[in-house]
Amino acid sequence: MRNYFLSRLGYMLVTLLIIVTATFFFMQLLPGTPFNNPEKLTEQQLLSLNEKYGLDKPIALQYFIYLGNLLQFDLGLSFQYEGRTVESIIGSRIGPSALIGLQAVVFGTAAGLLLGMISALKHNSFLDYTSVFIAVLGMSVPSFVFAALMQYYLGVKLQWLPAALWRGWEYTIMPSLALSVMVIATVARFIRTEMLEVLGQDYVVTARAKGLTEKAVIVKHVVRNALIPVVTMLGPLTVGIMTGTLVIEKIFAVPGLGEQFTLSIMVNDYSVIMGITLFYSSLFILVVMIVDILYGVLDPRISLKGEG
Amino acid sequence: MGRKPNETPEIPDDMFTPASPGIVTKAETSAAPLTFWQEAWRRLRKNKGALAGLITIVFLIVVSLIGPLFNEYSYSQQDLVRSNLPPKIAGLEWLGFDGTRSSGENTYEERGITANAWFGTDEFGRDLWTRLWKATQVSLFIGVVAAFLDLLIGVVYGGISAFYGGRLDNVMQRIIEVLVGIPNLIVIILFILIFEPGILSIILAMIITGWVGMARVVRGQILQLKGQEFILAARTLGTSNGKLIWKHLFPNVMGPIIITVMFTIPSAIFFEAFLSFIGLGLQPPLASLGVLIEDGYQSMRFFSYKLIFPAIVISALMISFNLLADGLRDALDPKMRR
Repeated sequence: MRNYFLSRLGYMLVTLLIIVTATFFFMQLLPGTPFNNPEKLTEQQLLSLNEKYGLDKPIALQYFIYLGNLLQFDLGLSFQYEGRTVESIIGSRIGPSALIGLQAVVFGTAAGLLLGMISALKHNSFLDYTSVFIAVLGMSVPSFVFAALMQYYLGVKLQWLPAALWRGWEYTIMPSLALSVMVIATVARFIRTEMLEVLGQDYVVTARAKGLTEKAVIVKHVVRNALIPVVTMLGPLTVGIMTGTLVIEKIFAVPGLGEQFTLSIMVNDYSVIMGITLFYSSLFILVVMIVDILYGVLDPRISLKGEG
Repeated sequence: MGRKPNETPEIPDDMFTPASPGIVTKAETSAAPLTFWQEAWRRLRKNKGALAGLITIVFLIVVSLIGPLFNEYSYSQQDLVRSNLPPKIAGLEWLGFDGTRSSGENTYEERGITANAWFGTDEFGRDLWTRLWKATQVSLFIGVVAAFLDLLIGVVYGGISAFYGGRLDNVMQRIIEVLVGIPNLIVIILFILIFEPGILSIILAMIITGWVGMARVVRGQILQLKGQEFILAARTLGTSNGKLIWKHLFPNVMGPIIITVMFTIPSAIFFEAFLSFIGLGLQPPLASLGVLIEDGYQSMRFFSYKLIFPAIVISALMISFNLLADGLRDALDPKMRR
């Protein structure tokens, strides 16, 4: 277990280092300068600005300085916001993203679970086909299309929910719903397949044969065992949520990390782009690692290397 | 005749009589045996969803190719007199194609315009019917080319990795493991930031990490096949490596490859639309479904038709591809079901 954990950690660090390096050198290739109206600055001003942000040093040196700072969780200064550090920008933006992301995951998983269970228990019935269709719809329709249509119909036309902005809990409903569509679809499909498989297992037949009630069989044997592989969905779900927040926060004007990212791309705020990229990547890598480990803990049939 | 129990009794020649030619008949089979592909097609046809998806895809491809020829407008031609015209189709007024705005006024009557814009026009007076089908062409092109390049790289990489095995496989797998850890969204965005957004750079950005999935599928399949008897038999008979790969391994991996491609196309179409939506997509006057959705989103409050048509087409496209891919998976490889 420990060896396995260490080797996963090693991979994680190598991947992170590659991402850091790639991001850093990608940024050097970017067109444009980080300063507003560089043609209006005098030679002297440009020099002093470059010096202030350390852009006058050779690239290799800049790279190592950047690495060193990273180790101290210092992501540098934003080019766009005078005097603000990247980590403080990320810190101030993370709340709304985390909130809608969490709400989407909780609601999406619950709804997906319900849909998938109905589907599996009423296999090949009208209900099954309906929920399969809903799941395909949720996987296929891009989240921003769904979000835009929802904003138009629920927000603008019917005015049931606030169409955008961030002024209280009711403002989180639509972004969370739009994000959760993908979660519902993924979880529902997954649970359906898993449950259908578990329903055919010998231990379910045994449980029925020894006279357990249908409810006990479903709850204690089928659902519990079908849930284990759902943990593996956490990786793809995180990516989906990340991708989703980029566009959905833009649509609903949520002051989150995704909105900041798209904003920074527009104004060439390199250090913020890099910081958020690293943040997203680390989050993703961390989740994948946790999933790997959790999966081993939950299902004893899967032995982790090093444990034998 | 004392004989041992296991010995066949001697049968004298005179017990044999020549068979009359009429008696010799072929073993009766109900029908010619089906090949793998015929069998798969038979199973696919039974899947209503997949069939509907296939039909929709073919329909959308055909319409996107011939649709722009139905009227005289080009996708980039601007005409400010015809700007922001709501959709109007003669004979379909009852369906909402009556040329009235959301506010209820009829733009055509106000401006005295007689030529209908079927799906309306955008703020520069570009005909949205033509633009929509042009955009569908572009999106499909991006999806298909990206999937094809993924396929090429993935098959070669995964094939080499699995076929030669050993240390080479080990190194190649470590590379993949690192690449898998990088969220492809991030790579795509960074790539587009460096190179000007265009059809080519979007495709390239998507294949940088996109081929990894295909490589893994191909490697897994070939590793499985490599140990089977028919490969051993072919090797024993002196088949060359090249022939082994093309004649024996490749046809057997075709199923999973096709399935993976069918899942790649919609995800490439999605990513293109996604990039366009956050402002990193194709530049006007070029149109893709993502560009149209972004344009439509900007003005949906007053001109909702600009959003709705491209939204319907992209959703139909994505649903169809996913249904077809699901169906193909069940038809080609029941074991891969998930």
